[in-house]
Amino acid sequence: MAIPTVINAAGREVPLEINGKPVIPFMGVGKYKPGGNKYGPPISSCSDFPDDGNKVVPTLEEALLRCGIRDGMTISTHHHLRDGDLISNRIFELASVMGVKDLVWFPSASFPCNDPVIKYLEDGTINRIEGSMNGPLGKFVSEGKMKGTAVLRSHGGRVQAIQDGEVKIDIAVLVAPSADSYGNASGTGGKSACGVLGYAKADSIYADKVIVVTDNLVDLPCLPAEIEGNYVDYVVVVDRIGVPEKIVSGTTQITKSPDRLLIAEMTASFLEKSGILRDGVTMQAGAGGTSLAIAVFLHEILKSKGWKAKFGFGGSTLYMVDMLEQGQMGYILDAQAFDLDAVLSVSRNPNHIPYSVFNAYNYHSKGNLTSMMDIMILGATEVDLNFNGNVVTHSDGYLLHGIGGWQNCLHARNVILPLPLFRDRIPVIVDEVTTLCGPGELIDVIITERGIAINPKRTDLHERVRNSGLPLRTIKELKDEAERICGKPEKPVKDDKIVAAIKWVDGTIIDVVRKIKL
Amino acid sequence: MYNNIAISGNSGPKVRSDCQMELELKDEGGIVIELKSKVQVLYGESIINQCREILSFFGITNAVLKINDTGALPFVISARLEAVIKQLVDTDTEFLPEIYKENKLPSKRDRFRFSRLYIPGNTPSMMINAGLHSADGIILDIEDSVAPEKKDEARILIRNALRQINFYGAERMVRINQGERGLKDLEFVVPHYVNLILIPKCESVEEVKSIEAKINELKHIHRLDGDIFLMPIIESAAGVEMSYDIARSSDLIVAMAIGLEDLTADLGVARTKGGMETQYARTRIVNAAKAAGIQPIDSVFSDVSDMEALRMNVLSSKALGFEGMGCIHPRQVPVVRQGFAPQPEEIEKSLKIVMAYDQARINGLGVVALGTKMIDQPVVVRAQRIVDLAIRLGLLPDDWKNSVPNKTE
Repeated sequence: MAIPTVINAAGREVPLEINGKPVIPFMGVGKYKPGGNKYGPPISSCSDFPDDGNKVVPTLEEALLRCGIRDGMTISTHHHLRDGDLISNRIFELASVMGVKDLVWFPSASFPCNDPVIKYLEDGTINRIEGSMNGPLGKFVSEGKMKGTAVLRSHGGRVQAIQDGEVKIDIAVLVAPSADSYGNASGTGGKSACGVLGYAKADSIYADKVIVVTDNLVDLPCLPAEIEGNYVDYVVVVDRIGVPEKIVSGTTQITKSPDRLLIAEMTASFLEKSGILRDGVTMQAGAGGTSLAIAVFLHEILKSKGWKAKFGFGGSTLYMVDMLEQGQMGYILDAQAFDLDAVLSVSRNPNHIPYSVFNAYNYHSKGNLTSMMDIMILGATEVDLNFNGNVVTHSDGYLLHGIGGWQNCLHARNVILPLPLFRDRIPVIVDEVTTLCGPGELIDVIITERGIAINPKRTDLHERVRNSGLPLRTIKELKDEAERICGKPEKPVKDDKIVAAIKWVDGTIIDVVRKIKL
Repeated sequence: MYNNIAISGNSGPKVRSDCQMELELKDEGGIVIELKSKVQVLYGESIINQCREILSFFGITNAVLKINDTGALPFVISARLEAVIKQLVDTDTEFLPEIYKENKLPSKRDRFRFSRLYIPGNTPSMMINAGLHSADGIILDIEDSVAPEKKDEARILIRNALRQINFYGAERMVRINQGERGLKDLEFVVPHYVNLILIPKCESVEEVKSIEAKINELKHIHRLDGDIFLMPIIESAAGVEMSYDIARSSDLIVAMAIGLEDLTADLGVARTKGGMETQYARTRIVNAAKAAGIQPIDSVFSDVSDMEALRMNVLSSKALGFEGMGCIHPRQVPVVRQGFAPQPEEIEKSLKIVMAYDQARINGLGVVALGTKMIDQPVVVRAQRIVDLAIRLGLLPDDWKNSVPNKTE
């Protein structure tokens, strides 16, 4: 039976139902107004928990059984252990042995280390993943092999979905580098330190049952208690929750590519000449090689002018920590620490503060930290002539990335996308994005090695850099140059079957990904 | 000749923007193309169509073509296919991609040649963005950076690159091979609007003369009238001793470079950071070049990670009289440019001279004076060049006459 579809406000054909549940098509930025109340998990009673606070159970299996794991439940995990996570796969391995079927896995992100869950998608243990997917997992889903439909949300969108009750988490399995027997848990300390646990907070508050899994049980109290014991049902102690060298991201290396360095230099120069960079600026930059190089160039400018950024919002890295320690940044508000230097900094620098995405990104709340940011450096796989951006699929139609905080960050004052004009032969600036993840009205500047395109809506920015000597182009000129060099690409052939839905920050459906025709 | 297999191009885990072609000519069966490409979905059809067109252009009707593509641009695909065909079919016919009109622009004898960036001649991924780094010249190298068995395919790739890569205003240079092979190289670059030929390991006037003659012959055949300049590279003790004669041996010579790796090998000494061992050779080259009225150009600096040492090297090179330097990594270009660029006090002095000259003309005076000092015409020319250069490098605004306070008083 065909599910009815409509054309949403972004011009994309989307269904009115996903996984058997009604959904709302995207209505425009800030147009959809939610009603009702926040979701409330069942009320607990202290009488059901030990007076001495000791919630330790011997195994993860026993904890899952005590949580009442059964068919169709939603299991959530966080991704702070990144590619070093040893627990997520284990959950589904146990569930598979128990014969539990049709689970929904609701991770805050997945990594290559999670590829083994393909086995449990195939044997029916998992019905679908609602979260990011890449590599072999992305390929599996793109080729229509997953039973349910994937739902991709931004980090803020995930918090919004939890808060609004759109996703009801039955069991949250939260790994923690340090925890006490009561369930207070922290991202620092122990052999698997990851810095902060920002992405796990909403899960801990709203999930029906919460299991904390640690390899470093400490005496009460475990501080800072980013996850509070009051929300926790069970604590499980295991030998290892993660592989330390894979927890600290390998991405925090400044790019060595001369072409990417050139883009980074142009970006820093644009920010300086446009006056966006100033004393008291607020900024965020990711952990990709180009973003890190931009951070280094911006640091040099701040230093030479004697300026200080008011705060930086992390994903933090060594390069942001350098700014903090050398006096060019007031605070780091941090949702995730990307490298070892950042992890250490959180535990020793009082101005490097764990800061939950719960407070920062959720669109259904009373203010959005990202809209207070002056400089927002983001990536994309594609941008089109209307400045629309795609971050989830490649131009060949395969799902390859999660949304991460990308959509949430689009609300910043100046959204800058430093991108190569083409990757190998594949143009990055195209007529129309393969998958729409962010509306062009929120994307301000595209900086490529062959020129800078400013969104025509930003007449103010254009005016400020008009005589700067920067290589200004229209987005059409950049697209034409890419096609002159690469040739005009063909379109991937797609099936009608929807394999993934892309949510906007307010929970509406902005686009869908259709099955690759093999 | 038939039932023969040939291979061109590069493949491997680290290869990008290239393709490997394996061609087998057959007696029957038509054209069979097996394509494995990183960009299959987006360009699969266009790659196959392009290859069919080229095979048909060379009159090949029965063949099996296996392509392993890592995102090669169209000019690379056609170069690789032409190269593999020419291993099996004896033909002088060329399949020429359309030439970008900006690639026909001629160069100028006295343009600045501070930085010239070496690009290996058989590595497409390094060519594509070479022009973005603001080097004064891009050298597509068919000499030391290309293995002997790859020279033939590199020539075709370089020819196509000269036609279809926009180098954004950099002078388009090619370093040819020595001797006969170098003369053959010229056939692949002269008709395609190369601006300047680097002559490696140059030791004699005769070498320059034979290259000049070949260029003139090719220009005549192809009815070309733009200048193609020469830059001999002195890389041996014998070359150093001949440098003045070499510098004067052709009107096409605009600059002369020194190559220190080969020179120190020839001298049997180690190359040191201080460069004492080549002091004589370097000053000799500078002197010969200046005497011949051409630009003396220094060797490359091989430690690409040490920018501070490069900066020191540039400053000492400039102090000796060199007017440019080779670069082997794009990140070296800005350091070299800044080093050879005029320094603030130089610019200030030049502004005074240019303004004094303008004032003298307005006043109808034949003689230019700055304060009590008379200024010769060449000094004015040189000052004007420094001012122009400062503008080009963004060190002075275009309209400096309106924004710089009059300092002649």
